[in-house]
Amino acid sequence: MAWEWQIFCKETTSGEIISGCFGTGGDQTYLNWILSAWAWTLTVAFGALALALVMGLLMGTLRTLPNSPWLVRLGTAWTELFRNIPLLVQIFLWYFVVPAIFPVLKNLPSVILVIVALGFFTSARVSEQVRSGIQTLPRGQRYAAMAVGFTTPQTYRYVLLPMALRIVIPPLTSESMNIIKNSSVAFAVSIAELTFFARQSGEETSQPVQMYLAVTVLYAISAFAVNRVMGYIERKTAVPGFVAAGGMGAGH
Amino acid sequence: MGNLDLSFFNWSLIGPFVWKGFLFSIWLTIVATIGGILLGTVLALMRLSGKTWLAMPATAYVNTMRSIPLVMVLLWFFLLIPFAIGRPLGAEMSAIITFIAFEAAYFSEIVRAGIQSIPRGQIFAGQALGMTYGQNMQLVILPQAFRNMLPVFLTQTIILFQDTSLVYAIGAYDMLKGFETAGKNLGRPVEAYLLAAVIYFVMCFALSQAVRKLQEKIQIIR
Repeated sequence: MAWEWQIFCKETTSGEIISGCFGTGGDQTYLNWILSAWAWTLTVAFGALALALVMGLLMGTLRTLPNSPWLVRLGTAWTELFRNIPLLVQIFLWYFVVPAIFPVLKNLPSVILVIVALGFFTSARVSEQVRSGIQTLPRGQRYAAMAVGFTTPQTYRYVLLPMALRIVIPPLTSESMNIIKNSSVAFAVSIAELTFFARQSGEETSQPVQMYLAVTVLYAISAFAVNRVMGYIERKTAVPGFVAAGGMGAGH
Repeated sequence: MGNLDLSFFNWSLIGPFVWKGFLFSIWLTIVATIGGILLGTVLALMRLSGKTWLAMPATAYVNTMRSIPLVMVLLWFFLLIPFAIGRPLGAEMSAIITFIAFEAAYFSEIVRAGIQSIPRGQIFAGQALGMTYGQNMQLVILPQAFRNMLPVFLTQTIILFQDTSLVYAIGAYDMLKGFETAGKNLGRPVEAYLLAAVIYFVMCFALSQAVRKLQEKIQIIR
């Protein structure tokens, strides 16, 4: 096993080494390919993250509603359904089973189906965090909102959610890092993301160690960047005195 | 739903394909949980030892494992183990080794939090009785810590069981692979994936409800 990093400058079909390492015209080097794979990984991860945050916030909030047992049940059913099926199986469900039942979906690009699968899977975890975030707020907050005559939507909009969302930032940080790692499962339905690249290029070049190393480093960089961004958001949105007083930042 | 053929859901048809994979999934879960807890406890004790030469490698190991996707770890081990031992190793054996090594990192974080949740006074009390470090850990700290950690261990085991489906990446024959093979051989892949999802859901849901019950019970005792 020679440590030959020039492999990334090779053209993927002809195997010639291209100077400058970036292919021009129709040519593609392994460097081109791994960068596009990284872009796919980030596309899947951030698409799924957006979906997971929207659905998780909605379902988590529903589960805390007073006097609406059916909405609570809907939120709980959603969470249990998407939490108790392995991610790979859910991806197969969205990729093979759902289009078979609803033929309309057959025309969708497969990356959309994978984003939905990963997004819904993660939304169950987000919903769990949001629910416990709302429930850790002192009961007096809800009563205070009722006392000043807020409706339920107003109570959530102006009193409960602004504090609860700040509390759930640390657990959401680890979920956001998890979603980058979990996007690797998309290789199973041939999305050309990093893990798919690692398997394919490792086989094509017979130099899997370099390919795996590069991919592993890119995953680590991505997760670390997400961690920094979330840390920044946490600092920017902090309510002065609240975290220090309540010690809410801890526990992560 | 008209084009789904539910007559596929027939154990005598799919049993031969699925049973072998089911056993491997369960076996992998049990071995990886026990191995992961043992190795994870060692890692946690290294990190809490206060000795840099023990804590540093353990911390580096845990952080590395936790920043790489499990699929990549599976691929790495599948690639490197044959180099290390000098002969090829089956996908199943490789999966077992990978899961123990990978889950140890996660279990070690649980063990570390569990040990740190024990009041300091317990350690001092043990020291006051003249116990050595080993006796103190074995007789005072770890029994209490493990009891507190039990629900979290079980939750992690459910996640582990779900993750066993990822051995797909190296082609090991687990329960999902069993359903997939049955679906392909019998020409009903859609139904096979659907049934696999139902089976995984029933198992994980039942387990997580049981953990919830246990958690309530432990809370009352405490």
